Amino acid sequence: MACIEARGLRKAFGTTIALDGINLRVEEGRILGLIGPNGAGKTTALNAILGLTPYQGELRVLGRNPWTERDVLMRDVSFIADVAVLPRWARVSQLLAYVAGVHPRFDRARAEGFLAKTNIKHGSRVRELSKGMVAQLHLALVMAIDARLLVLDEPTLGLDILFRKQFYDSLLNDYFDRSRTIVVTTHQVEEVQDVLTDIMFINNGRIVFECSMEAFESRYAEVTVRPEKIAAARELKPIQERQVFGRSMLLFQGVDRQQLAALGEVRTPSIADLFVAMIGNQNVQAQGAAR
Amino acid sequence: MTDFPVESQVVAPPVISAARRMYWSVRRELWESRSIYLAPLLVAGVLLLAFLISEFLKPHELEKSLEFAAQAIMGTTFSVAIFYCLDALNSERRDRSILFWKSLPVSDLTTVLSKASIPLVVLPLLTFAITIITQSIILLISMAVLLSRGQSVTTLWSHSPLFGMSLGLLYHLLAIHSLWYAPIFGWLLLISAWARRAAFLWAALPLFAIGIVERIAFNTSHFAAMLGNRISGGAQGAPVSASGMSMDLMPVGGPFQFLVSPGLWIGLAVAAAFLGAAVRLRRKREPI
Repeated sequence: MACIEARGLRKAFGTTIALDGINLRVEEGRILGLIGPNGAGKTTALNAILGLTPYQGELRVLGRNPWTERDVLMRDVSFIADVAVLPRWARVSQLLAYVAGVHPRFDRARAEGFLAKTNIKHGSRVRELSKGMVAQLHLALVMAIDARLLVLDEPTLGLDILFRKQFYDSLLNDYFDRSRTIVVTTHQVEEVQDVLTDIMFINNGRIVFECSMEAFESRYAEVTVRPEKIAAARELKPIQERQVFGRSMLLFQGVDRQQLAALGEVRTPSIADLFVAMIGNQNVQAQGAAR
Repeated sequence: MTDFPVESQVVAPPVISAARRMYWSVRRELWESRSIYLAPLLVAGVLLLAFLISEFLKPHELEKSLEFAAQAIMGTTFSVAIFYCLDALNSERRDRSILFWKSLPVSDLTTVLSKASIPLVVLPLLTFAITIITQSIILLISMAVLLSRGQSVTTLWSHSPLFGMSLGLLYHLLAIHSLWYAPIFGWLLLISAWARRAAFLWAALPLFAIGIVERIAFNTSHFAAMLGNRISGGAQGAPVSASGMSMDLMPVGGPFQFLVSPGLWIGLAVAAAFLGAAVRLRRKREPI
């Protein structure tokens, strides 16, 4: 069974179309990165999946309708939507007690184990913690829930690099076990590249690209082309060309690596580079056309 | 892509009863809004202090002091209930914590009912407990003062109105503050779920507007009369007892008449409709 399945998912806010008929299928055990510019519809898509917003079209999460069955669904789904949404008046001990009180799959001892590795004290109120510590606390709560789907919407926004690194490290080492599914959106694409199993680009309410990381690595290659080979390289129809420190970097899709090796140094591009190549160009063209 | 069988599917899900979710949701409200119990406790403390001072300054009528204490504490918890309701479904959106609460397996119905239970159940019972304790302490102080003057306390004890008053108080709190006022609290909770800001104004202005429109258009004031009747506890007739405000507010004709009065049941139905609307609103609401 697919973990998330959407057909023709639509959502409009007045005349603004946030989701324009999305078809989506996420299998269990994947870590999907949902990547898109601001206002692309990522958060709306996640809100629909989490039962936070009504939508048109068909959507099933773990076989349930998220809008009508949110409370039941949340036994198997946990999410961190945005940083710092823990109630500021609450004490750490109160949050632990409350989640243990209402969540059948919450393992309090496990959460306390995670917290023991941090500087967070049980008696502290959330408002007394730094932003990074609040994120750690939220992650500790979420990781102690034996959920089948975890959704993270910009979970590390505004945190410093040490916290961000630690966040994804603990997520992979202490939480992910191949039976769970994780969907994550972030602007710090480069930090999650090694974590993901699948990527999906979303722009203007549509999915414009989706691919597994294995396919990504075999299909896309970036070559630092030697100056004398530049004409030959352009023959192979790169999808993007850019100059870095006076050297030409060409991005290729579906070109044999052996062939590319003759042109210069070949490497797997970063998701960010591919994103810019596919969406950046598109948006710039759209803006140009609008003028 | 389904290479990994999911063992967790076969494990029977552990179950948490609805009552337990409700219990923790109510506790959460008490953690967040400590004024629910701090405000009446503070008032009770001030009352006791004032009574202690007055004991040494001038003679007083015990019965009046006891009744005044009950009124002051009741007035306090009623104001607390009003401000609590206006804030209850608003603050979780303002501080964005609704995104955290909604990530837990607690339905919007449970959440709204747990918030409604504060003015409908928790505050009346708390008011009763605090009032009884305060009145008992006042009584003890009086006895101590009488004893210290070498007077007999038996007359005080035998004339003590405490027992009868406390039964009346409990009845008044449950009948009026909980059941009769339920539509008021339901309305305030609904506004708190709906308004983005200035919940108090949104709660009050429509009521004024209806009253004014009715006055100008039909030159009648049924709506205002109805509101007045609701707020005054439905005691349009003469007071049934002359022993003070808490008795004035006794529903006319005693418990049975009260329970069969259409006003009570219409009010409860309206309260249920307001709460139902609040549940639907909370489901859709996003952080402000």
